[in-house]
Amino acid sequence: MPTTLHNEDLIAMLCEMIKARVASDRLWSLQRQGRIGTIAPIDGQEATTVGATWALDPTTDWVIPQYREPLALGRFGPEVLNRFAAWALGHPEGGHIPEPVRVFPPQISLATQILHAVGLAWALKLRGEPGVVLVFFGDGSTSEGDFYEAGNLAGVLEVPVIFLCSNNQWAISTPTSKQTAAAGFASKAEAFGIPGVTVDGMDPLAVHEVVAAARDRALAGSGATLIEAVNYRLNAHTTADDPTRYVPEDELAEARERDPLVTFRRQLEARGIWDRHHQADAEQAAASAIDHAWNWATNLPLAQLDLFDHVFANPTPRQQRQRAALADHLGHESGGGAR
Amino acid sequence: MSDPTMTMVAAINATLAAEMERDERVVVFGEDVALSGGVFRATEGLLDQFGEDRIVDMPLAEAAILGAAAGLAAGGMVPVPEIQFLGFGYQAMHQLAGQIARFRYRTLGRFEMPITIRSPFGGGVRTPELHSDSLEGQLTNIAGLKVVTPSTAADAKGLLTEAIRDPDPVVFLEPLRGYRGVKGPVPQGEYRVPFGKARWATPGDDVTIITWSYQVEVAVRAARNLAQQGLSVGVLDLRTLVPLDIDEIVAAVERTGRVIVVEEAVPTGGFAAEVIATINEYAFWSLEAPPVRVSGFDTPYPVGQLEDTYVPDARRIEAAVHRLLEVRP
Repeated sequence: MPTTLHNEDLIAMLCEMIKARVASDRLWSLQRQGRIGTIAPIDGQEATTVGATWALDPTTDWVIPQYREPLALGRFGPEVLNRFAAWALGHPEGGHIPEPVRVFPPQISLATQILHAVGLAWALKLRGEPGVVLVFFGDGSTSEGDFYEAGNLAGVLEVPVIFLCSNNQWAISTPTSKQTAAAGFASKAEAFGIPGVTVDGMDPLAVHEVVAAARDRALAGSGATLIEAVNYRLNAHTTADDPTRYVPEDELAEARERDPLVTFRRQLEARGIWDRHHQADAEQAAASAIDHAWNWATNLPLAQLDLFDHVFANPTPRQQRQRAALADHLGHESGGGAR
Repeated sequence: MSDPTMTMVAAINATLAAEMERDERVVVFGEDVALSGGVFRATEGLLDQFGEDRIVDMPLAEAAILGAAAGLAAGGMVPVPEIQFLGFGYQAMHQLAGQIARFRYRTLGRFEMPITIRSPFGGGVRTPELHSDSLEGQLTNIAGLKVVTPSTAADAKGLLTEAIRDPDPVVFLEPLRGYRGVKGPVPQGEYRVPFGKARWATPGDDVTIITWSYQVEVAVRAARNLAQQGLSVGVLDLRTLVPLDIDEIVAAVERTGRVIVVEEAVPTGGFAAEVIATINEYAFWSLEAPPVRVSGFDTPYPVGQLEDTYVPDARRIEAAVHRLLEVRP
């Protein structure tokens, strides 16, 4: 990937950030309408996610998200948002991001995905394939053992992985000051024997630059990098959270001044490549994207007996008996799921 | 030419070499597996033969071993990680139960996990704490894992071959006492034992003992002693707990009507309970006496001086057979 971004890249990045925010807002509304379950909004983390992924090559590189980033992974194609809508709906297809999209489904068990990233990067190295693995996780995840095991292992194996800590200052209600006594999360790289970099996570271009450098380093065979992108969670942790109980109002107000959707838009306006027409078009395109994803997800077929699919390549005798018994109970043919 | 006699550990070692030779995607890794050849020497010689890309000494972190295995599998490799002792697997249980076992399911098959996790388990060799725990019941309670428990050297080869070629995650449990305590003929060349097919270690008509792993050896000893008293006791080796050979269990109950299930583990919520529940579901009306369980106890696995009291031995099994035969419907 060229490290230099052209005007069309900047425009595409802002469009993706807007799409993420609009999609996030729409899912929030759908949750409030009782049409989907808990959802984690992305407000404040768009620049980190978009800036980082714009430094990747979707044909060779991989992204392993936590659960917030899939809203802003349009760099890897529209299918990610479709699947995320299905995921929010609780449809099994939500976890199935099909080939050739090099994106893992959302991860709920925090920090486990950091080890998967190291293993995947190890596979790339062993197979001699080009590409890097970028894994997202939050400030809270750095307290998990898996974070340390992953950083340590990546240092030892020298694999092409980029650890991206999206530090939004809050692990639900726990501030970073209660997460670590270290000066910053990037400093933990020292213990892994890899470089650690801190970057303004509200600035997509700054994030892009450090991720591009980490990627070059990884592709050159020099191994892993830990990046701490400092941003701010501008909304609740999830639809089930009430941040007014613990987020200081003045701190939030200050952070809103740095809202990446506003600051980046102003940058592009100053460059003369963005105006209110672009903004309106981008918001319209974003609404269409989430409309499309929602329509696609809500029209997915599902049979109750799909419950048993894909546990193993071939079901066990026990599963076959259970499936037949359930089919009988439901009044279905046991041979296949009625759709 | 008859099949050569091998210890179980030698059969495992030879099988790993054969599978690494056959498929270059197979990568073996764990604590002390490469340079030292493993604490039981199960991986001895593989470093010389295959080099340090294919067999890797890992940092001492069980979650890293299994978490990396998931990533390797997603990247197209066939990982064969070792957990040095099954009791240490608790430190990787979130990666095993929460991640590896569910990856295929949650991605509708996009990411297969053809991982074989080898781990020694079970008692009898006077280890320090947590080296001897029998956790197979806990593992079978994790949907998406296959649990394989060979009791002979030949099965160690046939089942390990099958495990490595299986597209799904397999926990392959190797009995500590069996590594060198179990010897037998091992077929040469390609040899596979399908999962879910139990094996009659000893046929018998009066009572059926159902068990797995090293307790097969113990149960056969008991059956031999009982044969001298004129009793015909069969021993059914389950070989794999998931998948379970329900049909053969039912057939055994239908034939003898009297069943003992032997396990080394904590009995509450354990796999013997699962076998007995299966019998009750599918063969209840063939029973001539309530099924009996011979097991460890609801205590943590004890220290060395108490382990012979804890682990079922032939005498406890024989006593259970006598009690079972006294029951008249």
